[in-house]
Amino acid sequence: MRIKGRVHKFKDNVNTDEIIPASYLNTQDPAELGRHCMQGIDKDFVKRIKTNDIIVAGKNFGCGSSREHAPLSLKGAGISCIIGISFARIFYRNCINIGLPIMESKEAAKVIKAGDILNIDTETGRIEDVTQKREFRSQRFPQFMQEIIKRGGLMQYIRKRREG
Amino acid sequence: MASTITEKILAAHTEKRSVEPGEFIEAKVDLALGNDITAPLAIKEFERSGVKRVFDNKRIALIPDHFTPNKDLKSANQCKILKNFASKHKIKHYYEVGRMGVEHALLPELGLVLPGDLVIGADSHTCTYGALGAFSTGVGSTDLAAAFITGKCWFRVPESMRFVFRGRLNRWVGGKDLILYTIGDIGVDGALYKAMEFTGDAINKLPMDDRFSMCNMAIEAGGKSGIIEPDGITKGYTGSKRTKIYKSDKDARYSDIIEYDVKKIEPQVATPHLPSNAKPVSKIKNVRVDQAVIGSCTNGRISDLRSAARILKGKKAKSSVRLIVIPATQKIYLEAVKEGLAEIFVKAGGVFSTPTCGPCLGGHMGILAEGETAIATTNRNFVGRMGHTGSKVYLSNPAVAAASAIKGRIAHPEEVL
Repeated sequence: MRIKGRVHKFKDNVNTDEIIPASYLNTQDPAELGRHCMQGIDKDFVKRIKTNDIIVAGKNFGCGSSREHAPLSLKGAGISCIIGISFARIFYRNCINIGLPIMESKEAAKVIKAGDILNIDTETGRIEDVTQKREFRSQRFPQFMQEIIKRGGLMQYIRKRREG
Repeated sequence: MASTITEKILAAHTEKRSVEPGEFIEAKVDLALGNDITAPLAIKEFERSGVKRVFDNKRIALIPDHFTPNKDLKSANQCKILKNFASKHKIKHYYEVGRMGVEHALLPELGLVLPGDLVIGADSHTCTYGALGAFSTGVGSTDLAAAFITGKCWFRVPESMRFVFRGRLNRWVGGKDLILYTIGDIGVDGALYKAMEFTGDAINKLPMDDRFSMCNMAIEAGGKSGIIEPDGITKGYTGSKRTKIYKSDKDARYSDIIEYDVKKIEPQVATPHLPSNAKPVSKIKNVRVDQAVIGSCTNGRISDLRSAARILKGKKAKSSVRLIVIPATQKIYLEAVKEGLAEIFVKAGGVFSTPTCGPCLGGHMGILAEGETAIATTNRNFVGRMGHTGSKVYLSNPAVAAASAIKGRIAHPEEVL
C-alpha cells in the first residue's frame, strides 16, 4: 500500500486514554470516535488534521487499555499510518487487525519533523521524507502479518481462509 | 529443549512440541472474554462475518462490568448488545448485574481459569490470571471476534523476563507494592512484548490475592503477560479441580533476570501520570487528597478490603475526603458484609458500592473534577484517567489508601495506628 501525508508528532508513552478518553467508549462508530481523537492530549488535534495525515510517535505509543476504539478513532479521524520507535503490543495488534498500517523505525521517528510530507510503501517498509529529502526503512512485516494486512484486516483474512 | 512455563503452555495449545520466542503461532484458547466496552465491537464484527455459530458457547465469557449498573443510555445499549448475543448463542458465562463482578476477580473466583489454561480477553488486564499459572493476555475486539469464530488467536511467542524477589516482606507491603516497585525500576515499557515471570522465596509465600495484583499490572510495564508457577498456594485456591501444572525448566532462556531484595521495599505510591513513578510512601510529603478509591481488578479482593478495614476500624475519613470502597465481586461483597467490613467502611464515612470498574477508568461512581486529587488502589494514573484532564491519581495499596483517607493527605498506615 502507498501512503502520502503530512506528519503530526507525539511524545513517548501516549496512552489509549489520551487517544480516546473512556467517556467516549460507549460507541463503536469510527467517525464518531474520530471526532474525539487525541482529546486527552491535544484538544485541537481533530481541527488540524486532514485525511491521510500520518502520526509519528516516540516509544511505547498506545500503551494502557486494550480499547480498539483508540486505533478506530485514529482511522476514523483520517490518519493513514502510524510510525513510532516502539508500540504497546495490544495497540500494535489492534492496528494490524483493523488494517491501519503501523511501522517501527527509531531513526525515522527521531528525524522526521512535524509538518513534513511523507511517502510510504507499507509492503517494502520504505519511508521517504519528501520535505527533508531523506529515506528510512522500517522492518518488513512477517509473512503472517503481511497476509492479514493484504486482506484488509483479521476478519477478512479469516473469511478468506474459511472460504478457501 | 529447555522452555519457560509460558513457552510450555503456548506449545500445549498448538500442534507443536515446543515453541520459541519470536515465532508466530496460532493457538487454541480455553476461554475468550469480553466486557461491555469491548464485546459490542467484537459482536458487531462477528455478525458482519456472516458466521452463524460461535466456536463453543461454554468457552466465552461476557461480563458487563465497566459502566454497570448502566450509567447512561449509551451504556445501557452496549450492555443490551451483550445480553442479546448471550441469549442468542446460549453463552454459558454471561453474568448480569447482581451476579457479575469485576471480570478479572470474577473469572478466577468462579473457577473458570485454571493453571495451564490459555485465556484471551478484550481487556488489557486479562494478564491477571497468570497468578494461577495460566497464560493470559489482553487482546483487541477484532481478536475476540476472530476467537468467537475459530476458537484460536495468533501470537508472537514472547521472550520471558525472570524477576526474583528474595527475602521477607516488610509490614504493609504486598503484591501491589512489589509490582509498583518493579514497574518503577524497569519503566512502563520495560517488559514490552515480554512475559514477566515472578519467582523467589518472597513469591513462594505470597498469598493468592497479592499474586493477582502483581500479574494484573504486568501490562503497566508493557508486558504481554505476568506469570507465577503454580504451587501449594495455587492449589489451595483452585481446590480439587483437575489442572495442568507447567513449570519452567532450570536451564530455560530469559532475556533478563532481575533480582530484588524485598527487605528494602516499603509501601509504594506511583505519582501522576505514569505507574512507573513509584516512590516509597514516606517520600510523599503533603499531597492532599479529595478522594480515596479502594477496589478494582487490581485490589478489590477480600484481603484488600480486610487490609483497608484494619486501618479504618473505629476511625473516620477526613470530612473533606470522599472514601469509595468497591468490592470486586458479589461474593466478596457478601463476605465483607458478614465479616463486618462493610460496617467499618460506612461508619468511617465511606461509600460501599456494588461491584463495578466505575471510577478506575473515569466511567462513573467517583469522577474527579478539575484540580482534584485521588489516591486509588487501581492500576493507572494517566492524565484524565479518573475524570478531568486537570485531575490527578496516585496509585497505592489498600492500607495506604485507607490511611490517606483518614489523614486527608497521602499517609503511611503506621501514621494512623
